[in-house]
Amino acid sequence: MAKVGLIESITKSQAWKSIFRHGPPTNARNKVLAVLMNVFLHLHPIRMKKSGVRMSFTWCMGGITFFLFIVETVTGVLLMFYYRPTAEFAYADIIALREHVPIGIMREVHRWGAHLMVIAVWLHMFRVFLTGSYKPPREFNWGIGVILLTLTLLLSFTGYLLPWDQLAIWAITVGSNMARATPFLGHEGPGASLINMLLGFEVVHSGSDARFALLAGRVVGEATLLRFYVLHCIFIPLVAALLMAVHFWRVRKDGGISGPL
Amino acid sequence: MPAPKFPEVPEAMSRRSFVSWIAVGWVGFGAAMATGLTAVGRLFFPNVTFEPPQKFKAGFPTEFDINKVDERFKKRYGVWIVRDERGIYALSTVCTHLGCTPNWLEGEQKFKCPCHGSGFYKTGINFEGPAPRPLERFQIALAEDGQILIDKDKKFQEEKGQWADPAAFLELA
Repeated sequence: MAKVGLIESITKSQAWKSIFRHGPPTNARNKVLAVLMNVFLHLHPIRMKKSGVRMSFTWCMGGITFFLFIVETVTGVLLMFYYRPTAEFAYADIIALREHVPIGIMREVHRWGAHLMVIAVWLHMFRVFLTGSYKPPREFNWGIGVILLTLTLLLSFTGYLLPWDQLAIWAITVGSNMARATPFLGHEGPGASLINMLLGFEVVHSGSDARFALLAGRVVGEATLLRFYVLHCIFIPLVAALLMAVHFWRVRKDGGISGPL
Repeated sequence: MPAPKFPEVPEAMSRRSFVSWIAVGWVGFGAAMATGLTAVGRLFFPNVTFEPPQKFKAGFPTEFDINKVDERFKKRYGVWIVRDERGIYALSTVCTHLGCTPNWLEGEQKFKCPCHGSGFYKTGINFEGPAPRPLERFQIALAEDGQILIDKDKKFQEEKGQWADPAAFLELA
């Protein structure tokens, strides 16, 4: 019987072959297949221009933003093992994370990661603007990017309330006051009185407007905390992840990362 | 050899009726989606909130000292009740800058907001800091039992000339 090496015995095994349906990426065909056959990599182009990985051109800000999103997801899930979004426990749990949870510093990582993600997203947008990468055929992806920027800011905004201290409560009070002035949907916004007049009774008031839907009340309270928690941990991340998939896919479909002219 | 018998083909649906059935289907689907989404939207507006009511009784007019700012209803209802020589008015405790809650400073006879330093006179008129307009007043009246009745759903803004409205001020003889 011929002597079989360890690596060869692994790569020739049925288990290995069931996972990797092609040979090692040593020739052109297998290099293509390596990207094409992987659900995560297939969002990316098979080949890219040399300029696409030139740091001085891309600043790698899109990639760093995505990396930070993953950092936030992982640290966020870890924090969810301890944090309870109720008026009774929220603040105490935040203190407990610092005082008696090993590596409770995870909360600081989550916080600093959030700040960095906002900065990285802005710089990414700035780079895309400076290099004219929003121009046809990439205008649709610019639009997706603007929504992703908004979602990043909303993630920061909803996360701001969760420590449930004075800073959090008043910051959300002040921030959510903007929703009062939403056109037609905010009770102090333009068009609200017009709707009420046309329908003949008060449809848009402080107990039925956009701000109420956001806060689950007229003032920031326990219901707001729960609402922001669900938005912060479930709803916005899911929408953002979905749009990110579209965003990366469209980078590939719209001709790859734009290059210098 | 006899010709093979083909099974009878049922009468095909006409193009016109196919298109109209598709249209009916889409309209039905659209209506079902719209109904469902409206119902889900309604989920975000609970029928009961555990907040203090917008309308409340604030005791009898005789309980309030002349030229004093009463803070008893600040925490629960967000209202200052001020008695001057002529009568009583109810001031909102929401700063007109960004919505924080100012403090009444008895020594300096002014409302001072801790967030960005806006200052208001006892009347609610703004005089310092970034606040762009005076504090709002709420509807005030006497209930049948003689108590003061305040309705926070009806507000009066000085810059719109609404403080002259009789409902914005409880005249006392």
